[in-house]
Formats: sequence, structure tokens, C-alpha cells
Amino acid sequence: MPNEENKIRGVIERISGPLIVAKGMLGSSMYDVVHIGDIGLVGEIVELKDDTASIQAYEETSGLMPGEPVVCLGEPLSVELGPGIIEQFYDGIQRPLELIEQAAKSHFISRGINVPSINRSKKWKFDARVKAGDVVEEGDVLGIVQETVVVEHRILVPIGVKGTVKSIGGGEHTVEEVIATIDDNGTKHEVKMLQRWPVRKPRPVAKRLPPNVPMSTGQRIVDAFFPIALGGTACVPGPFGSGKTVIQHQFAKWAQAQIVVYVGCGERGNEMTDVLLEFPELDDPQTGHPLMKRTTLIANTSNMPVAAREASIYTAITLAEYYRDMGYSVALMADSTSRWAEALREMSGRLEEMPGEEGYPAYLGTRLASFYERAGRCIVKGKDGREGSVSVIGAVSPPGGDLSEPVTQNTLRVTKVFWGLDANLAYQRHFPAINWLSSYSLYTQTLDEYWDARFDDEWSGLRVEAMSLLEEEDQLREVVRLVGIDALSREERMVLETAKSLREDFLHQNAFHEVDTYASMDKQFRMLKTIVKFHHAGMEALKKGAPMNDLFNLKVREQIARMRYLEEKQIDDINKLENVIKEQISAIVPDVSAEGGEQNENVA
Amino acid sequence: MKTLPKEYRTLSGLSGPLMMVENTSGVRYDELVEIELTSGERRRGRVLEIESTRALVQVFEGTSGIDIEGTKAHFLGKVLTLPVARDMLGRVFNGRGEPIDGGAQLIPQKTLDINGMPMNPYSRDFPSEFIQTGISTIDGLNPMVRGQKLPIFSASGLPHNRMAAQIARQATVISGHEDFAVVFAAMGITFEEASFFMEDFRKTGALQRTVLYINLADDPAIERITTPRIALTAAEYLAFECDMHVVVILTDLTNYCEALREISAARKEVPGRRGYPGYLYTDLATMYERAGRLKGKSGSITQIPILTMPEDDKTHPIPDLTGYITEGQIILSRALHRKGIYPPVDVLPSLSRLKDKGIGKGKTREDHADLMNQLFAAYARGKEAKELAVILGEGALTDEDKAFARFSDVFEDKYIRQGEYENRTIESTLELGWELLTMIPTKELKRVRDAYIDKYLKPRLEAKDKA
Repeated sequence: MPNEENKIRGVIERISGPLIVAKGMLGSSMYDVVHIGDIGLVGEIVELKDDTASIQAYEETSGLMPGEPVVCLGEPLSVELGPGIIEQFYDGIQRPLELIEQAAKSHFISRGINVPSINRSKKWKFDARVKAGDVVEEGDVLGIVQETVVVEHRILVPIGVKGTVKSIGGGEHTVEEVIATIDDNGTKHEVKMLQRWPVRKPRPVAKRLPPNVPMSTGQRIVDAFFPIALGGTACVPGPFGSGKTVIQHQFAKWAQAQIVVYVGCGERGNEMTDVLLEFPELDDPQTGHPLMKRTTLIANTSNMPVAAREASIYTAITLAEYYRDMGYSVALMADSTSRWAEALREMSGRLEEMPGEEGYPAYLGTRLASFYERAGRCIVKGKDGREGSVSVIGAVSPPGGDLSEPVTQNTLRVTKVFWGLDANLAYQRHFPAINWLSSYSLYTQTLDEYWDARFDDEWSGLRVEAMSLLEEEDQLREVVRLVGIDALSREERMVLETAKSLREDFLHQNAFHEVDTYASMDKQFRMLKTIVKFHHAGMEALKKGAPMNDLFNLKVREQIARMRYLEEKQIDDINKLENVIKEQISAIVPDVSAEGGEQNENVA
Repeated sequence: MKTLPKEYRTLSGLSGPLMMVENTSGVRYDELVEIELTSGERRRGRVLEIESTRALVQVFEGTSGIDIEGTKAHFLGKVLTLPVARDMLGRVFNGRGEPIDGGAQLIPQKTLDINGMPMNPYSRDFPSEFIQTGISTIDGLNPMVRGQKLPIFSASGLPHNRMAAQIARQATVISGHEDFAVVFAAMGITFEEASFFMEDFRKTGALQRTVLYINLADDPAIERITTPRIALTAAEYLAFECDMHVVVILTDLTNYCEALREISAARKEVPGRRGYPGYLYTDLATMYERAGRLKGKSGSITQIPILTMPEDDKTHPIPDLTGYITEGQIILSRALHRKGIYPPVDVLPSLSRLKDKGIGKGKTREDHADLMNQLFAAYARGKEAKELAVILGEGALTDEDKAFARFSDVFEDKYIRQGEYENRTIESTLELGWELLTMIPTKELKRVRDAYIDKYLKPRLEAKDKA
């Protein structure tokens, strides 16, 4: 940071909502952070023209007047990185909301509050992993700090620093104390636990890897049919009331990621409070500790200043990248990117830029693409070749549920998984309301290899068969709608029954049921296999002349319907169903050799 | 903000509700402006934009009659504030917060910025206390909790006003006797509608615990921008400083959004969908999000915004954006209204997102959630069966489907329909639900636990058998 005299000082010229235009800003750069007015609101330069800078203010601008000072801090909007991020609840520009409450002495967010993002006085026990004399390069692990019970925070050699370790200290330190000095051919670098990084600049990696490792989420329709890979990108568009937020919460809870960054961007305040109150109570199935111990929350609710909403997405992904660089798999949930795009639109409108589609700026597509492009699985910087990933799941709120609008379309162009939420399914209270016919995942093929290797080469076959049954159901239902169910053959009725079972016993999942809310891949595989097995056996039996109604009303079908409520430790019980199916079906198949002519009367 | 009021006679332009003042200095963004017309009439406005020495002012009462030469603009050096006091209860104000009931001026306890400040999400407390409105379709199927924002999506010609008045009259909490207040903001409604509310509140004695802010259809449209904010400021004072439970009724949001569009158009802003400004979502959110509860405060703000959907279209930007912000919606159905059913709540697409937090043992009753899901499912199935019967004839229905179809008719007639002055307790709503479920074969009741069937349904079935 430049010292006091070197700072560029301008004056306010124009004020229009969150947009401030200041004169006398020559020498400042794009995206530099400024302090606006006598109360010192935080803002960011978004346009420069001669000595005039257009600034988006991250706080409410009411009460400012022309002539008040604008001070350029000479550095771009950055986040603070270091131990203490996990379990925090930040606003869009990484101010801890708890500290805002203390500083404001109010339940409401007042303006011009300046609080540190990371606790300066807390002492962390630093455990050195290198010793004096070691040669290190950027990204190497200098030492570790136990940030929470489940997160080991690795302190890395900052990007751009390399050389020989001159000194390194273990023991208790605050984040601002020097923990190591590194000598790079005479240049001495002092390394602290606290580091900074500009939010709009992606953190570098050593090598990017293909996304061929699955990130299971415990949600059956997702894992089985439309899976996402570690380092993958997905979008969840849907009209209001279709369950976007519940799905995002489910991913945050159960996705197999070591770190979760959840950003509520322009959404409801009560929802964030819900997360904040619920996550410390819920246990993570992977670690057995509360979910909050591996989660960081960022909230810029819809009534908080609009420009900070724009920044919140970048703040979130920079934090995610920081943990990725330590070698973790990180999942970033953004709810909702539409609100972020609207913030872009509002600023663009005030800057009087030429609008593109529906008033959104022409650069909406590139901004979205460069955001999603920061996801990925990669070998991170550092000699030990650690692997880390950032997976991004973005909710989209298309106006009127119309997917042809620009934000959805531009998002679909860059994300690889599309979970289309369907209002009709939501009305039928079928949750998650992901439409199995319109959704897709481009990772399915690559991930099939992974699961086939684990599940005796059966996985992809099951998935394909189940999906084609659902497709066939769709066509058959059309027929039924036109001419009634009697027009269908016995085999076609069986397809309808199995598809119904797939929908109700497999795809439907109750997020609020303590067992059903999460299903491991082992459980999913067994469930899917059982349903398909029943279909095969049923078809076979029908061919042999088994009465259709008897088949559909077999007792075992009730057991199939209850599979989802079996706890993870009981899932071997599902395998036993196979024999039960065989037994019960063979009991209703007529003995063909003895009485051959009874088949007709069995047709319902 | 301690700037002395400045007076300017330097108007340079008027357009729609906007006025341009030149050669200003020391004018602040969002500042309040007093405008003195040549005739001596005084109006108020607010600074919308400042560009070095020019200020763009939005005139609340409209610009008609303002001339460029003789008009004076005083910049008051403060933002628009509202004097508040507990004595607001029982009073009627205009859309700018001035008393119009002929009573004395308010003696303010405090003066508050009408824009409020955003609630810190960290400081919020999650809404979880059930509010009994006495309307079965709300209490039984879409329960409302304190601190929720639950809009009514209506359309022209539907009885949303009667329903809102009924809620305002009857809303109460079942646990304990706490202070309950209603803040009512009318934006651009007709005199007839406004007097309906006032009469109704007066007649039923609800007026003493009500504050009314009335902006009529012939009042200046621009004033509507401030009316809901004034009402919410009053509500915040009553809730968080006087520890009251406040229900805020805002009607009609469609008029509000139209006023916003008018200003946006006058400023020549790039329009979003259907000509509404791109910031409509943010603007609505700054109002809706003022509902809620705060840690360590016993008061709460519950919002019931009412909006009329143009052409009954739920995807129109106003209902659409509202639905994205609020915690559910109550949708009124023209079909039910035509059948003469009051209140015509369209049960299936209506939703209360916070329902699970406010019901169950200790809050309403243990069986509430199961019963709600079952009634929902049964009504949906009944309606489906009826549709099928229309296409294929009654004969195509199975016996179960026929039972469900009959159930859905009776459900509409007994459960949805109720009197305008009929205040059903939550117990009677629940009992009614069980009573109706006796029409359906017990084995079809898959959403309720067996224990509840034994406890609540069996005795009824036995009694029925005896009869």
C-alpha cells in the first residue's frame, strides 16, 4: 500500500446511486479500491477517462456531495488470506458480519465500517514443515496451522516468492507476525500467515487436469444421472419455488468436498440466517464434525448494496482458490448468479454503456465465462505436486422461469452440467425438482469409467437402462393421455410401473428426512440395481404369463419403496431383496408345463 | 449532515416528475428538497442525481404547475425522515406521513431515515413462531410465521382487500398476550377501497392497534415511492423499539412498481423487462427484506404485500421478482372466485417457505405437518381425477379416484370457503381437515403417520359408523 502522501486524491463530481464519478484521479488504475467522501465508503474504479474515474460504491451513497474527497488506495480490491476464514460469515467484500454488528453496535449495517477480515489478535499454533537452509519455491508448504478440527490450514510460500529459507519460527503467532524469512539471491522476503490477493485475478496453478474424478453429492438424481466432476461447473436454473436454494443447501451439506464456500448473492436474509444456524448443528458424514467446521459463508443479501453483490462472487472464488492451492477439493455454491448479473446490468446502465440483450451489458457472457473458468481440477503450485480443485455450482433465477433469457443462456454456454428445475414437478411436490428429460451432464461419459471400475462394470449399463425407461415412460404417457391406459400392452404397463418406481423410489429424495437426505454411491448403486432387477424379472414373468396385477402388487415392491429409508450401515439389506424378488415372482408365475392355457385370463 | 438550507431559483428544466436545478453547491445525494411554487404552494422532492453543479430532483407531488422562472428550491440538508411515536397507533396519515384524520400533530419520540438500513444477516433471528390468521387455507396449509414476508398474488376483480382486512383483524399469536400492531400502507388504491379498510378497522375495533398510510389513486404517483418506506420505518420503530409484533400490509405493489417505472422512464434509463427498470429486484428487496426478527429483540415485522398480477400472469416482472424475494406466496384463483368461494386461495401453487419452522408440537399441534401434506396430496389427486373425468368420463375413474374427486369438491366448499368474519382457531382448522379425510379410504392416506390416524381419524370413523 502506498504511504499517505503518495495516494491519489480526487474530488466527487457526480453521484447517481451506487455510481460515483470523481475528477483528479490521474494515476489511478482500473479496479483500484478507493475511499469515497468524508465517511470513507469503499468503492472500486470501473472506468477511467482522462482524469475522471467512474467508481462503483460498495455502500449506500446517500448524503455524499460533489467536492468531497476520493482517495485511491493504489491497489485493486483484494481479500485477506490466512487462518480464520473457515467458520466465518462475511459480507460481499469480506468484512465479517459479526464484527460489523459489534462495530455498528446495531442489528443494522451502517456505513463506513472498517473491520479486519481476519482476526489480528488471535494466536495460531504454527507448525513448521521446512527448516532453515531449505530451498523453496512459490506454493511450497512452509508449515501448518490447525484452523478447525477438520481443516489443516497450510501456509504456503506466496506467489512470486522463492529462495532459501533463512529462518522459520514455530509456536504461537498472530497472522501479522513474520513466521519465515526467505532469501532470494539477496532479496529478503518476510512471510506472514496473512497474505493478500486481488479478487479479480485468478490464482495461478502448475497444471490443469481433466475432470475425470466424480464429486458425489449424496443426491441420487445428480450422482446417478447428471453427475458433476471434481473441478467441474454446473448450473441450476429454475423459477421461484422450484427448490433452487434447497438443492444448493443440500450440495453444501453433502457434496464430497473438503472445503465449502457458500455465497448468498442477492438472496434472502432469512435463508442465510438459516444456513448460519443450521450448519453448526449438522454433522458432516465424512468427518463426523459439524459442517460449519469446513465451511465459509459469504452473504450479500438482496437489500445490501448492489455493487458489493457484484464483488461477492469474486471474493468467494478467490477464497476457494486459496484453499485449492493448499491441496483441497473445494466446492463453491453461488446462489444466485442472476442477481450478480443484475448488479452488472445496473452499473452498466448507470455508466451509460450501450446495452446488449434485455439491458444486460455486452460483456455479460465473457464475465460469466471467465468466472466459471476459474473452476477446475489441477496440480497446484509447489514442489510436492498436490492436487486441488474448485467445483462451482451456480444457481440461476431466470425471470418467469424462461430459460431463453441472457443469463441462463450465457451460463449454459460455459457450464458442463445443467440441472433444469421444473415448476410442475415442484407443484407435485416431487423434490429435487430436477427434470430428468431436459437436464444433462457432459461428465457422464468420463465418470462412467470411474464408477464402472468400482461397481463391477455394471454402473453405466444400469444408468443407461434406467434413463431409457424414463424416456419410454414419457412417450407412453402421451399415448395414455390420448387413448387411455387400456391401449397399452402388458410389457408397456410394466415399463410404466418401473419408471414410476424409478421416479418415486429413486429420483424423489426428501431433503428434510434424516436418512433420505443423503445416499452414498454404494447405496445408490444397490437401489438402482434392485429396481432394474425387478424390471427384468417382472418382464420375464409377464412373458411366462404371470398375472399383471399380482406382479404390480407384490409385497417386495413395498420393500423397494422403503430402500431409501435404510441407513447407510443397513444397505447390505438391499442386496437381499434380489432373492426376495425371485421368490415372490416365481410364486406368481404359473407352472407352464402343467397348465398351459391360462394366460389369457390373466390379462387385466 | 449539517449544511444550512440553501435556496435556488435556478431551475433549468422539468420533465415528468423530475426537475433540474443549476448552479448548486453543497447539495447532497438523496437530500430532501422543498419546492416553493410561484403560487406559494410548497412541495417536496428528493435529489436523485448530482453532477457537479446540477442537481436532478424528483418531485413527490408531481411537477404540474411548476414554472422555471419563479419557483424556488430549498435544499434542506437532510434525507427524508419520519417522526415516529407510539401514538401513531390508531392514526391515519397520508402517503407522506402527515396526519389526515383531523387529529393533532404527532409528538415525535424519534425521527428516522425512511430508507432504513439493511439488517445484518448475522443479527437476524430465524422466524419460527406461528401466527394464527383464522383463515384455514393459510393457517392449515400455508402457515405464516412471525418475521415472514408472505405476499398475496391477486388480480383485478378478486377479493384481496377483503382478505387482507380479515387477516389484519384476526391475526394473533396463540402463545401468550403480546402487543400486536398492524401497519397498513395503501399505494394508489381508490378512495372506495381505502374507506373500506378504514371503515372495517373502525367497526371491528382493530383501528386502535393500526397505523394507516394512505396514498390514493388520485394522489401524486411519485409519492407512492415513499409510502411503503414510511410505513416500514414506522413498523421498525414499533417492532424493534416498542417490542411489538407488527404485521405490515402493503397494497397494491403493482401501483408502486408503475410509479417506479415512470421515474425510470423520465430519467431515460435503459429499461429491463416490460419497461421496468433493471433495478426493480433490488428496489423491491430493500422493502421486502425489512421484514424479520432480530436477535435479542422481542418484536417482529411480518409483511403481507398485496399485488395484482396484470392479466393474471404470474411471470409478469412484478409477481416474478416478488416471488424470488419473498418467502412464499398466497395465490388467489379466479376459478374459485367464480364458483363463489371466499377466500379464493389457489391452494396448490401457494406456498409458505417457512411453514416447517412454525408448526408441530408445542407450536400448533404434532399432526399439523402430516395433515397438511395429506390434504395437499389428496386435493391435488382429486383435481387430477376430476380433469380425467372431463376427458374420459366419470366411468373411467377408479373407486379411489371417485372418492378423491368428491373430496376435492367438499374440500373447496368446507375447508377453503369460510365467512369473512369467521375466525377459525388452528384447532378447528386441523379438526376440519381430519373430518374431511374421513371421505377417503384410510389405506390411501400415505402421508400421515399411523399413530396420528389412530389418534385423530379412527374416533371419527367409528362415530361415523355408529351414525
